Amino acid sequence: MNSPKTKYLAFPYIVWMIGFTIIPLALIVYYGLTDKTGSFTLENVLSIATPEHVKALFLSLALSLASTVICLLLAYPLAMILRKKGVGAGSFIVFIFILPMWMNFLLRTLAWQTLLEKSGVINGILSALGLPGIAIINTPWAIILGMVYNFLPFMVLPIYNILMKIDDNTINAAKDLGANSLQTFLHIWLPLSVPGIISGITMVFVPALTTFVISNLLGGSKILLIGNVIEQEFTRGSNWHLGSGLSLVLMVFILISMALIAKYDKNGEGSTF
Amino acid sequence: MNQPLIDLVNISKSFDGDIVLDDLNLSVQENTFVTLLGPSGCGKTTTLRIIGGFERPDKGSVIFSGNDITKLPPNKRQLNTVFQKYALFPHMNIAENIAFGLKIKGKSKSYIQDKIKYALKLVNLDGFENRSIDSLSGGQQQRIAIARAIVNEPKLLLLDEPLGALDLKLRQDMQYELIRLKNELGITFIYVTHDQEEALTMSDTIVVMNQGYIQQMGSPEQIYNEPENAFVADFIGESNIVNGIMVRDELVEIFGAKFPCVDKGFGQNVPVDVVIRPEDIDLLQPGEGSLDGIVTHLIFKGVHYEMEVTTPDGFEWLVHSTDMFPVGQKVSIHVDPFDIQIMNKPESEDEEALGVNE
Repeated sequence: MNSPKTKYLAFPYIVWMIGFTIIPLALIVYYGLTDKTGSFTLENVLSIATPEHVKALFLSLALSLASTVICLLLAYPLAMILRKKGVGAGSFIVFIFILPMWMNFLLRTLAWQTLLEKSGVINGILSALGLPGIAIINTPWAIILGMVYNFLPFMVLPIYNILMKIDDNTINAAKDLGANSLQTFLHIWLPLSVPGIISGITMVFVPALTTFVISNLLGGSKILLIGNVIEQEFTRGSNWHLGSGLSLVLMVFILISMALIAKYDKNGEGSTF
Repeated sequence: MNQPLIDLVNISKSFDGDIVLDDLNLSVQENTFVTLLGPSGCGKTTTLRIIGGFERPDKGSVIFSGNDITKLPPNKRQLNTVFQKYALFPHMNIAENIAFGLKIKGKSKSYIQDKIKYALKLVNLDGFENRSIDSLSGGQQQRIAIARAIVNEPKLLLLDEPLGALDLKLRQDMQYELIRLKNELGITFIYVTHDQEEALTMSDTIVVMNQGYIQQMGSPEQIYNEPENAFVADFIGESNIVNGIMVRDELVEIFGAKFPCVDKGFGQNVPVDVVIRPEDIDLLQPGEGSLDGIVTHLIFKGVHYEMEVTTPDGFEWLVHSTDMFPVGQKVSIHVDPFDIQIMNKPESEDEEALGVNE
């Protein structure tokens, strides 16, 4: 198996990883733990404790959690329906679902900005129908909407994939043993789809927590998420040290949430009753 | 006759316009081992799924102990199924798998514990409670699937090719195991298989199916010794099926040679199908039997020799015998009258489809 030839095959990937993962990570750690003179400091990291940054971090956590929950609630039933449709029709609907992902992420979010504007398309239609307009642009709601819209496919796909792997006869066996639809869902569908749910949560929660584009475009400049704070330190503030320090904190937060989810996954296994 | 445990009445079912079952009627008595036997696509699994409640018939009804259960969902039926690939719950250990049905029914903890112990003992897997599914071999998983079904004390156990994935030796062991289980539990088994040997070994009654129709129903001996048509004869065991002419009662002519037989009532000079099992052919010295031929093929099979004897008309007779005749030897075929099975030829093309349609 591990002949010298296969070892050489791994070489490009090792170069890639060193160049684009290890070195940037090392740079962030270096910048995060030093000040402008290059001497060691924890100031950048600890600056997360300033009220402004705490507020941004908690708002980010709240919005990304909310989006993740909404994505999960929308994606699971959809994935169930897709599975029941069978491979043919199911994969076509999945394809339709993924189609918008072929369009640029920025463009799609800009489109929502235009749709949601005070004099935008949606309000135009609503007022034409004599209905009161909606004013969610530049509010946290618009950001949640943008997150859910952009990240929903990342929740649907892993859940759909895991549901497709569940054998029909496993479900039939549960029914055969007397379980009704709700019991079958709670004791069979749900526990068996936990790995898909976990990867879906990861794939939605992490980008939602770190996004700054969605909050920039749909939240106006009034709502600052932690992603915006970091972005501004790098672009406008030109304080790479502070930006890197905050990035490190965010990374720790993500690692902690992943560890929590993984722990829940282990506890959840086998204890379905 | 008692009221049957399960009664299928005029069941029809088609998938996307393909008729899988056509007006099927089947009664199963309590405490019998019934096998649905047939090639793939004959409708045997669909029949089982209709009894289990996983398919709804397009027409007809399913009567269980006198009650119409056609529209009842599977979870409300007093029967359990052992699925083809076991379908154990991978996220539960063995005890949890076995306990599933009982927990759903809200049985007490001590009752469930006792039942798990009892069921594991019954399938010879004592002490396996906390093992995971992955740690079991195929045969063991199959036993757990059976244990999981029988702890619910069903009146009827449906088994969908449960031994299909096991190797030969294990399959034979499990066959005896299943017979023992059935006798110990006293419940009715409906067993689906395409393996004729399995069917002959285990069943009280065999139902031979093809193309959505029941071809013959009877005891293993009846099915083997008196196949009603060429399909059954061909499907169950090996056989020589040849064209013959029923000269008169108790005399049939095959390739110009006269063979005394025991069948009556076919009329005079009527074309018929004749079935002769390979082990029923005796080879004698040339001129001593009814039909002369030459041995053209010889294989040693362990229990017996398998030979092919070609007669002047070109037909190759399959012969099983413990006596060896070398290739090229001239022999004569003799068959005892009661070993010759006469069947009517299918009269119409419809009947042809019903019987032999290869």
